[in-house]
Amino acid sequence: MMDGIAALDADLRDLYQDLILDHGKHPRNFRKPGDVSREALGHNPLCGDRLIVYLTLDADGTIVDAAFQGSGCAISTASASMMTEMLKGKTRAQADTLFKFMHMACTGAGEIKTAGLTQDEIDRLHALAGVRHYPMRVKCATLAWHTMQAALSALPKASTE
Amino acid sequence: MIASKPAAAPADELFACAAPQLFAAQQYRKDFPILSQEIHGHPLIYLDSAASAQKPRMVIEAMQRFMENDYANIHRGVHELSVRSTDKFEAVRETVRRFINAASTNEIIFTRVGTEAINLVASSWGRKFLKSGDEILITALEHHANIVPWQLLRAELGLKLRIIPITKEGDIRLEDVKAALSPRTKLVAVAHVSNALGTILPIKEIITLAHAQGALVLIDGCQGVVHMPVDVRDLDADFYVFTGHKLYGPTGIGVLYGKFDVLKQMPPYQGGGDMIASVTFEETTYKDPPHRFEAGTPPIVEVIGLGAAIDYVSNIGMSRIAQHETELLHYATEKLQRINSLKILGTAPKKAGVISFVMEGAHPHDIGTILDRQGIAIRAGHHCAQPLMDILGVPGTARASFALYTTKDDVNALVDALGKVQEIFG
Ligand SMILES: Cc1ncc(COP(=O)(O)O)c(C=O)c1O
Repeated sequence: MMDGIAALDADLRDLYQDLILDHGKHPRNFRKPGDVSREALGHNPLCGDRLIVYLTLDADGTIVDAAFQGSGCAISTASASMMTEMLKGKTRAQADTLFKFMHMACTGAGEIKTAGLTQDEIDRLHALAGVRHYPMRVKCATLAWHTMQAALSALPKASTE
Repeated sequence: MIASKPAAAPADELFACAAPQLFAAQQYRKDFPILSQEIHGHPLIYLDSAASAQKPRMVIEAMQRFMENDYANIHRGVHELSVRSTDKFEAVRETVRRFINAASTNEIIFTRVGTEAINLVASSWGRKFLKSGDEILITALEHHANIVPWQLLRAELGLKLRIIPITKEGDIRLEDVKAALSPRTKLVAVAHVSNALGTILPIKEIITLAHAQGALVLIDGCQGVVHMPVDVRDLDADFYVFTGHKLYGPTGIGVLYGKFDVLKQMPPYQGGGDMIASVTFEETTYKDPPHRFEAGTPPIVEVIGLGAAIDYVSNIGMSRIAQHETELLHYATEKLQRINSLKILGTAPKKAGVISFVMEGAHPHDIGTILDRQGIAIRAGHHCAQPLMDILGVPGTARASFALYTTKDDVNALVDALGKVQEIFG
């Protein structure tokens, strides 16, 4: 049975990597900033995950602060936490590039463009994309990202339905 | 109906244990073809029967046999197959009547799901008999199927929906029922068993209290009939609703039981074929119950499947199934309580085979994924009872639910597999 256990561990470890577990247990930027320029509510009605993404933009539209609050599973919390870290200092176009990478990597649909991303960002996004082998969990990983897009587009709500 | 006999316990097992009560879950398990597979390299352990139960071979074969030999539309042909189909279809009405001890087959209405049965009462009885200011009483632990139809009716008629609270154990106290009842209460609509917590509600007492105030009572028995014997006449329920797929039957079939005196005063729910006595463009007259409420071609094959499912559980015996599941519930509760980081939600003294729990540091969905990778199917989420989750202060729970094919080995496997959750999230 050793093999079975090892295979199980490898399999689950692909999803629950240390990086994900760390961000899931100790989410960064889990707060409401004082000077929010944009915010949106993300909701996955299927599982009840619910989070609010807060963005602070400067005059050029560059994201100077990103934070979130809400409740969700380890995957959706980690994804939101890592996303807010990556968004700081990004322009709208750079945020879009991150979103597209994330979307492609999680769904396995289409060509992944890495242009403009650092190796660290690519590694982090790949860690989140461990969900692609867990079809029921893809929406957990992408919820924060859709919510961020809604906030940037000044839509009040995002839903993964 | 062709009798669907469950596999008999092997003789040696019977000799080894003289107790006539011996429950051969391990044997019955073999009647369910789906259970013999592996999931992610592990034997499937199906602990999600409260969401939907698996189907015994007898149900699958009865439906197939019917389609291969007897199928035609019912109540409308003079030809042999239509006659045969109609006879077999109507025979299931008698099977259902006997199963819940209704007074007459005219009190048994076939619907598409349990949800539709509740909507039928709301739409037909509700619109005719309720008016602005009237009150409907439900409990805080209802499934959305027994909340939303009444909210729709409330919006339409200006009714008031009152909620009977639950205790922190997830139980309903009769004092709270009494306090909520008033002469304005026209209907009390409550679950027999909570799908989210497993609580068995004191429905007989609730019915007595409601009747004393002149209110009718609808019991959402979707989780009731599957776990224990039900006698609608002993309960004196005015309506009792259940759904086929949780009772080892197919999807697409639900049942509404209603007292005939009540049903006969109710207008049709939908219009169409099969429910009319005569139609002219000036005037249409309707059939008597139950056909008045069965417009259009019914789910004929599903009704046959439901009949086979009821034969199957009746052959085993609902009391024996109840006893088996209660033993499992106690066994599992005791084992799960030993896991430090785990908390069981719903600890009412009377429970059916459902255990909802949360674990420190692990979200129900993560628990669900980790168990799934070990071949164990549980439900994670709000269980279509969001108001209840809000009261409990959790976004959702993990829920293991038991059926006649669940064994102690399944429970042991669950407990072992939860070790992996602790390992990852501990
Ligand atoms: C208590 C309860 N009521 C009603 C329903 C609805 O059943 P169906 O979806 O088959 O109509 C369910 C099923 O989840 C239930 O558990």
